Amino acid sequence: MTVDSFKYLPHSFRAGFEQVEFQHDEPVWSPLEHAIEDSTIALLTSAGIYVKGEQQPFDLDTERANPTWGDPTYRVIPRDLEQDHVGVAHLHINTRDIERDINVALPLRAFAELEAEGRIGRLAEDHYSFMGYQDSRLADWRTTQIPEVANRLKQSGVSALVLAPA
Amino acid sequence: MVPFIAERFRLSRIIGVQFPFGHAFGMPDDPAMQRTVSEAAIDLLANATEPETRVDVEIEWPIDDKTAYRDWQPTEPSPSVKYNKERRKRIEEQRPAT
Repeated sequence: MTVDSFKYLPHSFRAGFEQVEFQHDEPVWSPLEHAIEDSTIALLTSAGIYVKGEQQPFDLDTERANPTWGDPTYRVIPRDLEQDHVGVAHLHINTRDIERDINVALPLRAFAELEAEGRIGRLAEDHYSFMGYQDSRLADWRTTQIPEVANRLKQSGVSALVLAPA
Repeated sequence: MVPFIAERFRLSRIIGVQFPFGHAFGMPDDPAMQRTVSEAAIDLLANATEPETRVDVEIEWPIDDKTAYRDWQPTEPSPSVKYNKERRKRIEEQRPAT
């Protein structure tokens, strides 16, 4: 089965996706340093998840006032986040299913099982949530947010990051 | 969901899923489906030996296409949809009459 990337994409978006030129001369590659059974794994979502009652939601009001802007900040999501503390702030997807089950976007339960079975070394304590609608230049992400997250991942000994777009 | 984009960015390891947006790991309350995608991710991480390796997960979305296409979309059109519609209208209005 070959996944059709355009199956659920609004038809008017397709031409834009196909025509944009992405300039990457070299592929991205970093080998896994340790065996997967000894590796610490963290997860990152762009679904706009935040911890209700403890964190601010992503700023949708500013986005509504300025539709070419998206909140570039991130939230740290603990691995033991309970479903009733899951908040989702995103104007470009229906958030209902994530509000019902965070694991559709951030599969903490599945990775905790994989850890318990020894399939991975450890599921990290902290995971990361962004809101995926952004200004096309991605200036804040490039200069501030991503270097911060990369540093946090390094400091906490994370071996690999699973990137899960929303 | 859109592995095409990941390939254009020449990412190292790519999992493709035929799922609607907002559901990268599957259906709510379906731990088996979520586990299958998660396992595919760590198997790829463990076994890929070169960049731009893509694996598509063989799961059919259990909801009909029309409903799935409708249901992943936000209940209100996003601000950018309205903005782009108005922008296109302004461009059309500024075109000289032929």
